[in-house]
Amino acid sequence: MSIKNMTEEKNWSGQKLVSTDYMLFEAPREKHFMTGSEVLKEAVKRCTVDASVSYPITPQSEAAHLIGELWAEGYVGVYFRGENEFGVMSEVQGCSMAGARTITTTSGPGTLRAMENFPTWSGTRIPCQLVLMARGINSPLSIQPDNLEVSFLLETGCMIWYAENVQELFDMSIAAFTVAEQPDVHVPIITSVDGFFVSHTREAVMLPPDDIALRPYNPYAAPLPPIDSEMPPGRFLRDPFVMKSNYISYATHASWQWEVRSAVERSKPYARHYLNGLAHTTGDEDAEVAFVACGTAAHQAKEAQRELTKLGVKSKVVKLRTIRPFPHEELLEAVKDVKYIFVPEFNIVGWLEKEVSKSLYGKCDAKIVGRPRVAGGMSMPAEAILQEVFENTGLKKGA
Amino acid sequence: MSVDIYKINPEFRDIMPQEIIDLEDNATWAGESVEKRGISDLTDKKEILEEHSLCAGCPEAAALRYILASLPVPEETIIVNSTGCTSLMFPHIALHTVHSMFGNQNAVASGIKRTLGWRFPDKTKDVVVLAGDGATIDIGLDYTLQSFFRQEKITTICFDNEVYANTGGQESGSTAKGQVFKMAPKGKVFDKVPMWELAVTSGCAYSVKLTASAPKKVAKVLREAVLIAREIGPTYIHLYTPCILEIGLAANEGLWEMKEQDKDRFEDFKYVSDAASDYLKKCKKEGLL
Repeated sequence: MSIKNMTEEKNWSGQKLVSTDYMLFEAPREKHFMTGSEVLKEAVKRCTVDASVSYPITPQSEAAHLIGELWAEGYVGVYFRGENEFGVMSEVQGCSMAGARTITTTSGPGTLRAMENFPTWSGTRIPCQLVLMARGINSPLSIQPDNLEVSFLLETGCMIWYAENVQELFDMSIAAFTVAEQPDVHVPIITSVDGFFVSHTREAVMLPPDDIALRPYNPYAAPLPPIDSEMPPGRFLRDPFVMKSNYISYATHASWQWEVRSAVERSKPYARHYLNGLAHTTGDEDAEVAFVACGTAAHQAKEAQRELTKLGVKSKVVKLRTIRPFPHEELLEAVKDVKYIFVPEFNIVGWLEKEVSKSLYGKCDAKIVGRPRVAGGMSMPAEAILQEVFENTGLKKGA
Repeated sequence: MSVDIYKINPEFRDIMPQEIIDLEDNATWAGESVEKRGISDLTDKKEILEEHSLCAGCPEAAALRYILASLPVPEETIIVNSTGCTSLMFPHIALHTVHSMFGNQNAVASGIKRTLGWRFPDKTKDVVVLAGDGATIDIGLDYTLQSFFRQEKITTICFDNEVYANTGGQESGSTAKGQVFKMAPKGKVFDKVPMWELAVTSGCAYSVKLTASAPKKVAKVLREAVLIAREIGPTYIHLYTPCILEIGLAANEGLWEMKEQDKDRFEDFKYVSDAASDYLKKCKKEGLL
């Protein structure tokens, strides 16, 4: 296998190169039955991926093995196991800076071990993708689903998307490369799912054929030159004002940080297009109760919404698909007429409830209730959500 | 690409800073010939290191100049560095350089080297890591050694000044036993970490310990290390570049300190694997050395 086998029409593994629009919206699809880990392999297979670095940690290990199989099968250019997640994320940075379309996966404690890398990724404007299969973090030791780790990633300057199920993981992880690689975006993207609930659950998914793949990444359309000695070194490498104690260096650092966050905001129109919207709303248009959630919590909220309908209570579910950038406009539009907002979450700190409250502050009169919150691997049955609704509103069953 | 990337668009030549024009007109690049670069260029050629902000008389600055003057093909060389005094010089180097974080330099270099091998299968691109003793041996030891275990084809150079100098003079793993520094107010209690030996047992094809007292020797070792890393495996250079500030020497005393240490903690150590040794003989025959 060699990159030299790539032509205008085909990539190095012989797949026909197609646009992201064709891949996501036009190509015929067939039904398959697979887990989140398996579907990620199918997504990577269709993305002309140059490099991936892996490390074992439950529950993302299988996804990382399967990307390794793609390397062995000739679909991925570079693949190896790194020494730990800090090293892996640094290796990913090296691959991406050198011009590779790069993907990796991690979970829970691995995410925290790698932490210093994530703001460095965004600061160097690399468009790599991390698929996060969220799990609990220590102590005590837990391998169960719990998305507390996402709260640590919120201010790293990386985009964060959240997929609800196996199908969304497939579509999102393909769209993620395309949006992250836009020259006016060009920041890393973290595609999150809840570990086990998505990584290990087998579901029906609709997939396009596997003899097509995305066009390759073009590192020369990046806001910073790739580190490959094929272009003149970037001016910022030659002008050493950062790292000095003077006003210009402070101002440079500050404006650089602003620019990273602006780049994340600039991803919105692309994400709206490729994700069919930053938020999806289902249920009653004239609802009194709204559930704002992401990931599998949104799935459980939909079940609660159906139960409420049977009980005569009008409700809706607003599923947030992007967390960074945060879909302020979409959220406000969806909840502006409701009386109660519930934010069910798979963590004890309620990071999404804080995001929702901050976003709606002064703009919406609804009472915001950050419950239910389950953690440590506990499940979130619809009954638990309904109980919170009846305890925190004047609504009655059969009302 | 080649040295062409350093050619200035004629339309912009009149507004370019002089040091950029000098890079095109008077720097030594490998170009077609790999023999013409060397220490002697330092006297009259444009260096690919522009003025820097290290202390006057800093041996580390001198060592970096020797190294940059003797890279076999600078225009195809990527330099990865780490946090520390060296990171103050790296923005002034006219090559592709990366400052990532503190200690992860060999991990970043691994990703770069492998990707360049994938993207440019017909080209030789050298990846050289330059970092201090704190970055290489303390905070980054895992990543340094793991890159050796994995046989990454990169050259790792440790500028050992035996102290955390940029943060104000704290003890490092590379400090000599007994030395009093900050964070070791009663003197360091354990021996200097023998990184040059760890490099050998961890799989380096080439490991050399020396001081920067003799420029031509530094140049020769650097050249050998970069060539071996292309074909055989990881190479390691452990170079003494004392911090004259932290050990209380004047700007003109660094050289004498290195000469002293040539006979003491930095007396010659050189390991060359059999495969690397054969390869060097071949390089000599082909005029690469």
